[in-house]
Amino acid sequence: MDASFLPAALAAHAPVLGVVVPLFMAAVLVAVPNGRFAWGVVLASTVFALFIAFELVAQTRLSGVVSYQLGGWAPPHGIEFRIDELNSVIVLLIGAMGVLSAIFALPSVADEISPGKRGLFYAAFLVCFSGLNGVALTGDAFNLFVFLEISSLGTYALVAMGHQNDRQALTASFNYLVMGTIGATFFVIGVGFLYMATGTLNMADIARIVVDMPGNRVVEIAFAFILVGVGLKAALFPLHLWLPSAYSFAPNFVTVFLATTATKVAFYVIIRFMFDVFDPQSAFVMMSLTWVVMPLAIAGMILASAQAIFQTDARRLLAYSSVAQVGYMMLGLGMGTAIGVSAGVLHLLNHALMKGALFMALGAFAYSYGVRRISDFRGLGQALPGVAAAFTIGALSLIGVPFTVGFVSKFYLVQAALANGWWWAVAAIVFSSVLAVFYVYRILVVMWVHPAPEGRERIRPVPLMILVPLWILVAANIYFGVHADFMVDLANAAAQAAINAEAGS
Amino acid sequence: MTMSPHVILRVVSKVLIPFIVVFGFYVHFHGEYSPGGGFQAGVILASAVILYALIFGVDAARRAVPPAVVRVGFALGAMLYAGVGFATLLLGGDFLDYDVLHPDLSHHTGQHMGIILIEIGVLVTVTCVMIAIFYAFAGRTPEISEEDW
Repeated sequence: MDASFLPAALAAHAPVLGVVVPLFMAAVLVAVPNGRFAWGVVLASTVFALFIAFELVAQTRLSGVVSYQLGGWAPPHGIEFRIDELNSVIVLLIGAMGVLSAIFALPSVADEISPGKRGLFYAAFLVCFSGLNGVALTGDAFNLFVFLEISSLGTYALVAMGHQNDRQALTASFNYLVMGTIGATFFVIGVGFLYMATGTLNMADIARIVVDMPGNRVVEIAFAFILVGVGLKAALFPLHLWLPSAYSFAPNFVTVFLATTATKVAFYVIIRFMFDVFDPQSAFVMMSLTWVVMPLAIAGMILASAQAIFQTDARRLLAYSSVAQVGYMMLGLGMGTAIGVSAGVLHLLNHALMKGALFMALGAFAYSYGVRRISDFRGLGQALPGVAAAFTIGALSLIGVPFTVGFVSKFYLVQAALANGWWWAVAAIVFSSVLAVFYVYRILVVMWVHPAPEGRERIRPVPLMILVPLWILVAANIYFGVHADFMVDLANAAAQAAINAEAGS
Repeated sequence: MTMSPHVILRVVSKVLIPFIVVFGFYVHFHGEYSPGGGFQAGVILASAVILYALIFGVDAARRAVPPAVVRVGFALGAMLYAGVGFATLLLGGDFLDYDVLHPDLSHHTGQHMGIILIEIGVLVTVTCVMIAIFYAFAGRTPEISEEDW
């Protein structure tokens, strides 16, 4: 890969620019809140961040770890942005999803948000976007907390903006705010304990020191607090209660972006702390992987899928499915092996592709026919065959039908489980996939088989700005389902980076 | 004008507000050498405006410090902070590496300049955000009428 993907001056400062440029642009949008202009700025910022992400992926491929010190203060005392092959993938995901949802945003936001609010709405989005990038890029535990809060504050505002469609968005957002704040507080308490035990906040430095403290109770408590805190943000079952409402009442654009990035970034933080900062070989971490993470993952996979079957709102159904999918990813982590983590990361990437496509298709239905409940989807297969086909492909990917990304990641997950001899985990994956068939079938049958109700008017056609990102995601679902190498490669490198960093440093 | 029921409050706060503002700036500029800085000073400055609004009414405060100015202000503060970072990048340093701002390294002049500039950014943003939060809450309920005091 070409190392100088961007001009050298930009490339040298790529880590910090990916965070600061969107944040700066958010401030510009607050000063000049004009909807059209704001959308242009959002698109430009996300494209810029995507280029930065490509650059970082290229750099980490070439040199392993990229370290950037802020303010010229050398780590561990100064704040360090530390990028390896694990977080460069996450930044790539955030950038790509940011661009696609920004394209999707123009018609969707124009439909859902009143003109006077659009500028500030986009500003909140950029705050969230830069915060997520910051979480993914920073190598400082406290700095990570700050970025986590920056992204969450943006998210609460974004979710609450759904109130122009449905006032329940306000309670959903408030619930999310309370639970997200509890999660962030737990995380910062954990970081405080770590600081108490190790005297440093730099994650690589903590990792170096913690290895020599087996059985230290303070470190163990720190681990527990951080796991619960970030687990809340990642919607790890049973800490997922904020997620279904937040996803189902937020504006469509926000749901698309959050479902594909926010929980993924929190999940990245879990990987980073479990396998990199803490010592996965230590008895305590090992036991929590086997006896806490794995059972909860399997419970989430099955119970959340079962709950999804009984939903009446399409986005709520997919939200419960997201909780189940987090279970798959956590199951990969719970195995505690390199292939397990790799399968988890692979599912993280693939799940972003399928949920992005599915939520965009639902956004297209809402845009064109104003329907959100599954029972109102009757006859949409005939009315909007293109979007319905896209939704169907995404749904098949969600189940894990061969030649889709869903199959690839489940295949690797099953392989990783078998390598551990965890046949019951395989059974759980299969059972949860069967449940997925049921809840997906409910939507598909209404959409394709039931006749359209009398007198339903199409509000307006689905614009290209929705169709293009939708079909890019659907195409990615199939392309990476057939040519899995690229994604598997990224995931393997990420897992290696997560597991080896602790041994190598 | 007839005798207002809270004339003492008005007179006292009129006298106090300039001192609050001066104290805010003191906390701000002394923040480099003693406890203080942009965050604390921003809250103190905002409290002067909030006191004014409490005594003379939110409308009077909105005339003195218009919401549009507040909104632009909190954006400008953040932009100033990030702008210092971009300036250090353009001058060839790392992000927020203040040393490059001034060639006099032996006295750390660049560090002083950088800290003061970003603290001004923090001050402006915190002041404006505090006022904006106050306006947002105060704008939700009708003002207390004179008789209900």
